[in-house]
Amino acid sequence: MSDAEKARDTATVRTSWLLSTPALVVLTFAASGPLLIMLVYSFLTKGQYGNVEWVFSTEGWRSILYSEDIFDPGVFVWADAHLTIFWRSVKLSLMTTVLTLAVGFPTAWFIATRPPKSRALWLFLITIPFWTNLLIRTVAIFEVIRNEGVINSLLMWTGIISAPIQITYTDTAVFIGMAYVYLPLMVLPLFAAIDRFDMRLIEAAYDLYASRLAVLRRVILPIVRPGIIAGSILVFVPSLGAVVTPRILGGGKNMMIGNFIELQFGQGRNWPLGAALSMSLLVIVTVALLVYVRAANRESPHG
Amino acid sequence: MADRNFNATRLPGFTPIALIVFALLYLPIVLLVAYSFSGGYSVSLFEGLTLEWYRKAWENEAVQSATLRSLTIALSASVIATFCATLAALGTTRRKAFRGQTFIYVMINQPLMVPEIVTAVALLIFFASIKVATGYQGLGYLIAAHSAFCIPFAYLPIRARLEGMDLSLETAAADLYATPWQTFRRVTLPLLGPGIIAGAMLAFVISLDDVVITEFVKSGGQDTLPTYMMGQLRRVMTPEVNAISSVLLALTVLLLTAFFLLTRKND
Repeated sequence: MSDAEKARDTATVRTSWLLSTPALVVLTFAASGPLLIMLVYSFLTKGQYGNVEWVFSTEGWRSILYSEDIFDPGVFVWADAHLTIFWRSVKLSLMTTVLTLAVGFPTAWFIATRPPKSRALWLFLITIPFWTNLLIRTVAIFEVIRNEGVINSLLMWTGIISAPIQITYTDTAVFIGMAYVYLPLMVLPLFAAIDRFDMRLIEAAYDLYASRLAVLRRVILPIVRPGIIAGSILVFVPSLGAVVTPRILGGGKNMMIGNFIELQFGQGRNWPLGAALSMSLLVIVTVALLVYVRAANRESPHG
Repeated sequence: MADRNFNATRLPGFTPIALIVFALLYLPIVLLVAYSFSGGYSVSLFEGLTLEWYRKAWENEAVQSATLRSLTIALSASVIATFCATLAALGTTRRKAFRGQTFIYVMINQPLMVPEIVTAVALLIFFASIKVATGYQGLGYLIAAHSAFCIPFAYLPIRARLEGMDLSLETAAADLYATPWQTFRRVTLPLLGPGIIAGAMLAFVISLDDVVITEFVKSGGQDTLPTYMMGQLRRVMTPEVNAISSVLLALTVLLLTAFFLLTRKND
């Protein structure tokens, strides 16, 4: 490489950075930077009326899992209430992922096997809910499952039940709601994977006397696996951090991690615990994303 | 067996499941819109059509100011985000890989990966101390926060458009003695136009929809339309909320349709 070429390369790189600067400044100021400040706050002492006192403490991190015995100071016991919330969050998020995968796969398959013209329309129909306000969709599903909602009204009108079934403000309601609002996030990456799939492989498998189940398990699933992983991550991550859906459908009682974090900055007045919980959630999400990146890289040589 | 009619791609049960999924996906949304026009509220669905709830929402001063605030924030944030994203897209596409490129990608896409509640809490902590230090309580915090999380949404369509663009036109302009600025102004920018508009629209929709970050960043009396609705939901469901939802829904569908028409022309 000549000196002139080298100089030109350096200049190009400098332009790249210059052009990216405004975006980087905004993102550092109002997205990434505050995360570091939050990390600092998780190691401070909680203030009497919210906020913090600038005294180092690991209390915030410790109280994620342990709480001090009220009657016996200095003795630490498992914080059962916290563990219940974590378990509920993980359980509901996993259930949501499994359900959306189970119904999302056939849906994505259906869209991908339509003729090109109507395929665009079906895809558009999945995209509309994807971009529609999450709050609106949660309100919509609330209207359906509430005591005076369509399901209960219909069941009572037909005489199947005499009193409305209480669905709202239960874990089931949160589960239904999350599956409803996050389904498009599963269908879109699945569609992208299936769309690339060479359908002639199926015919080849049938010609070689494979059964339908064998075709699904041995031919289709391995090839669309990156789509399955992507969809699962895209559903699992926001489910785990969900705030709006569990708040509306679960009421105050059936909290998930997101609501629990929120509580620490409201009535809970425990900012260090809230900050420590947020950092933990961030770590879990980062690990999930890294697993995804590794899995995606491993799969890529096959298509 | 009539193998001639056998369609290898059709798996048993898939089509009915898919059709049920589509029905279930749209049923609640359709019902929500129907409720907003319905006179009665409780058990029976339709006690006559009415625009009463729309009128009530329209005349509600809290709704008016929340709408205005939502639009101000969404407009400012989408302009800032689109400006930053356009420059960043120009700086990161169509060139050799360089050191730090991954860092820029991660930074730009960070809002897509970090859970909203985590960003919301971090911003609350950071902005709370700035509010105390400066005494400034205005909309600037919300606009800054919205601009940041809108950047990746504006960036993606602009970058896609840039990558699909024909380099030879710009080379031709340069060969004809156009200055780099002229080439950019007269060739690159017009070609990039649809991508920029598409990016701005996505940013606008995303900003308009936000609940969680807004709730944590806003100062007292700075309700946006979604946080106002959220506050109403805490008390009791009113058809007024359905009416506002329906209007927002219509706006989203309108913008999305425009977005798809814009991006489809490129293919």
